[in-house]
Amino acid sequence: MLKALNKTGLVFFPAFDWAIDPTHPEREERLLYTQDQVIEEGVFDISGIIEYKPDIVSTHDIRRAHFCVPDEKTITTQSHLISAGGAKAIADAVLTKEVKSGFALVRPPGHHSMRVSHGGRGFCHINIEAIMVEYIRSHYGVKRIAIIDTDCHHGDGTNDIYWHDPDVLFISLHQDGRTMYPGTGFTGELGGPNAKGSNLNIPLPPGTSTEGYLYVIKNCVLPILNEFKPDLVVNSAGQDNHYTDPLTNMNFSAQGYAQLTTLLKPDIAVLEGGYSIEGALPYVNLGIILAMAGIDYSGVIEPDYDPEKLKQSVSITDKIKKTIDIINAYWRQKNDLRLKAGEPGQMQVRHREIFYDTDNIFEQQKETVRICRDCGGCISIDSKAKPGKHVLCVHIPINACKSCIEAGYDFFDKAEKKKFDKVFLQDRTKDTYEIK
Amino acid sequence: MIIGLDVGGTHTDAVLLSSNKIEKKIKVPTDSSDLFHTILSSFTLLLENIDPKTVRRIVISTTLTTNAIVEQNMKPVGMIVSAGPGIDPSSFVDSKYYYCVSGSINHRGREKAPVNIIEIEDIAKKLKKAGIEYVGVVSKFCVRNPSHEILIKRILNKYFKKIFLGHHVSGNLNFPRRIATTHLNTAVFSLHKSFFEAVKNSLEEMGLTIPIQILKADGGTMSLESSMAFPGQTVLSGPAASIMGAIPYAPKNQDAIVLDIGGTTTDIAFLVNKTPLLEPFGIQRGEHKSLIRSLRTESKGIGGDSMIRVEDNKLVIGPERKGPAMAFGGPVPTPTDALIILGLMHEGDKEKARQGIGSIARELGLTDLEAADKIFKTCCSIILKKTFEMIDKLNSQPVYTVHEFLEGYKFSPRKILLLGGPAKYFAKKIEKLYHIKAEAVPEASVANAIGAALARTTCEVSLSADTEHGIVTAHEEDFAEPISKSFSEEDLISTAYTLLKEKAISSGADADNLDEMEVVELQKFNIVRNFSPRGKILRTKVQLIPGLIKGFEKVLQ
Repeated sequence: MLKALNKTGLVFFPAFDWAIDPTHPEREERLLYTQDQVIEEGVFDISGIIEYKPDIVSTHDIRRAHFCVPDEKTITTQSHLISAGGAKAIADAVLTKEVKSGFALVRPPGHHSMRVSHGGRGFCHINIEAIMVEYIRSHYGVKRIAIIDTDCHHGDGTNDIYWHDPDVLFISLHQDGRTMYPGTGFTGELGGPNAKGSNLNIPLPPGTSTEGYLYVIKNCVLPILNEFKPDLVVNSAGQDNHYTDPLTNMNFSAQGYAQLTTLLKPDIAVLEGGYSIEGALPYVNLGIILAMAGIDYSGVIEPDYDPEKLKQSVSITDKIKKTIDIINAYWRQKNDLRLKAGEPGQMQVRHREIFYDTDNIFEQQKETVRICRDCGGCISIDSKAKPGKHVLCVHIPINACKSCIEAGYDFFDKAEKKKFDKVFLQDRTKDTYEIK
Repeated sequence: MIIGLDVGGTHTDAVLLSSNKIEKKIKVPTDSSDLFHTILSSFTLLLENIDPKTVRRIVISTTLTTNAIVEQNMKPVGMIVSAGPGIDPSSFVDSKYYYCVSGSINHRGREKAPVNIIEIEDIAKKLKKAGIEYVGVVSKFCVRNPSHEILIKRILNKYFKKIFLGHHVSGNLNFPRRIATTHLNTAVFSLHKSFFEAVKNSLEEMGLTIPIQILKADGGTMSLESSMAFPGQTVLSGPAASIMGAIPYAPKNQDAIVLDIGGTTTDIAFLVNKTPLLEPFGIQRGEHKSLIRSLRTESKGIGGDSMIRVEDNKLVIGPERKGPAMAFGGPVPTPTDALIILGLMHEGDKEKARQGIGSIARELGLTDLEAADKIFKTCCSIILKKTFEMIDKLNSQPVYTVHEFLEGYKFSPRKILLLGGPAKYFAKKIEKLYHIKAEAVPEASVANAIGAALARTTCEVSLSADTEHGIVTAHEEDFAEPISKSFSEEDLISTAYTLLKEKAISSGADADNLDEMEVVELQKFNIVRNFSPRGKILRTKVQLIPGLIKGFEKVLQ
């Protein structure tokens, strides 16, 4: 009988009774055919593969990663809470060493949700990876975490949440923002002044095939991971790079996804996007599961797979190589970049405008970060949403130094209540959340 | 009057019931080398001075197939499977007559690669030459589209006696289990057929001409005729018989545990409002996993005859059985010996029991009485620990919808029902130790035969409709009909119930016992292409719930 080489945990939560709307790509049967394939293959019967029931996340769990406006209940549904809870259940199984690694096949996805969330962006309301990662940091004290986002869309939400965090390495591989939602994720987006280079964005040209993806993994992601030495590797496993995906223009394959997983060896994979629900997802998910478990996946090939048709052009290969050279150079210079970003104790301000395509909200942000060499630095975000509320959100990072903790409380105390609808303080050092 | 007969590993139990009472009950040792003789002698004993014409129902549960699997004395048969993309199926069956062939059907039931007729002809000739008489054929996703299996069967028909097809086994997905189940049906068919034909002929000679019902692992019955297509379903019907025998004593609208304490093992099962819980896919025992509908039971290697010894100053009980208790001439001390020392049981040679328990007591530095009590407590604790592990597993079953997650039913038992020889002693002890109501089932020693006698016919039907393709199908039942775009959930369920009734009647159910039907699963999805709806997929599974036939309620009061 088949046996998994690596004990692997799975949470399967297809949310068969939840959709954004009946013909939306993020709808009930998105994982139906995946479930059919996985059950028909007898995956849950394989010795060493363990299926877990999803958990449900609490308001407290969400408040480690987000400022939800006006509150958590208004912008989420039960399905979001269980989807994030699925990732949390896998985290528990991995961190308690019941399994070596795990895969949360859950929906709805989350990687477009930013630290401040006024509603739905890119089919996401809350960031399921970030909620899981913050839970892991608070409960298991894990210090260094790498999140590799292989969804075809830039993981701008996760990128935003870890923008200032030098202890979380965030790398996103995605289709070039000039041709794809959300239109961000260019090579120069490297993180805030305290965390330059711990955010790496790798835009890939349309038409990138298996060869290109594996090139990036082997020549950029793995060497950087080797140097960063994370205690935990998380893969935001979007499956919309597939050659049959209706929303994107890439040429990745089920075999490619499985090989990527074998190379990356994520401790935890969390499903993100992927909307070719019949032609891709059943095979890609099966490939990822088998690769994690260390079972032969050579037979997992799409019925219409034709490697000749999907071959990558020479010009695309060249473009990818150039991009990787840029990224590797930035990585080498990251310490210099941080030194040049500003003087410790200084406050640095950036203004941003964020559009919520799913819920049609327009948000304006003024973000202030304290430059610090000892921690990620405290942050204050003045956020105004139309339609919506005007709030001030103060974040003190989990590893904050004394000065940044003080500065954070100072932001909170000095905020004039009448100027804002609400003022929030997220103190990650004490795992608390205050509202005034 | 009705007859229930349960051939167990050690004993064969049979009862004759009238609508008022147990008219007769017998217990004879099982001769596992000659089950046929065991069955016949039981019937002869049971029917002494009884007019066979008054018997209107016979249900038999045997270990025939279970033994065949354990002893691995099944005839070699051929297996042909086609998989298409996915996990390599070559390791699924360990047999030199196992062939993986080309051809592929996808999850929607669309053909992705055709059957290679020449390849199948070639294999057929090889198998024929090797003297193979029976062949099983399984294709991946055949429950969505069985055309490849049907085509392969047509090619094979002229070479072999009987061909078994995967899509007839179950409407459930799970290719490896479907292969194992089809293989089992194919492999035990000739044994099952010749055995039950002999039983049938002999019973006819005794004047019992009514149709024989066979007990299945799901605690339901099927007619002898329908068992010929699925002989594997008779495997592990023994535990099912006992559980069915406990149902009359289970509380209404509450959860209960059933413990059947035998000589070697204790079977553990669960009842919700007098209905036994089923395995989600089918029987599994260790590495053997199948799609055979089954009650949710597990066996723990502990029973009245389990071997007791002391290892590293610690008391160890089971899982081996070396023979009967020392009090009954066995070689090693057992829990039964402890019960004798405690003065609970009065049968057997007390002096021999004392010798056995005495040696354990000395090793543990206890008095005989203390050691016996420790043994008894440890037995209870081993059984209850396993039971609570199973309940934890039950309550942490994965869910796939928001609704299921929020409505999640938690199994919380209020009562334990015990069966088997030492049931009444264990009931008292467990109640005292764990503060949960425990009760030995009346007639505990033949409750299995009573369960068999009273079990009603069960079956299930899986039906799926695809309004984009305009078809509703239950391939397991060889059923397919065209439908319109407006085919609804209600249409689906009523079609499923009609099929279920037909299937039940052809499996030997009588019309009075068909009202316990239920919808087990119901799923509805839109098919969307290029952002516009194209149709709906509707899927349902309906079943006749395992339970007892009507008209015998008085027997058990």
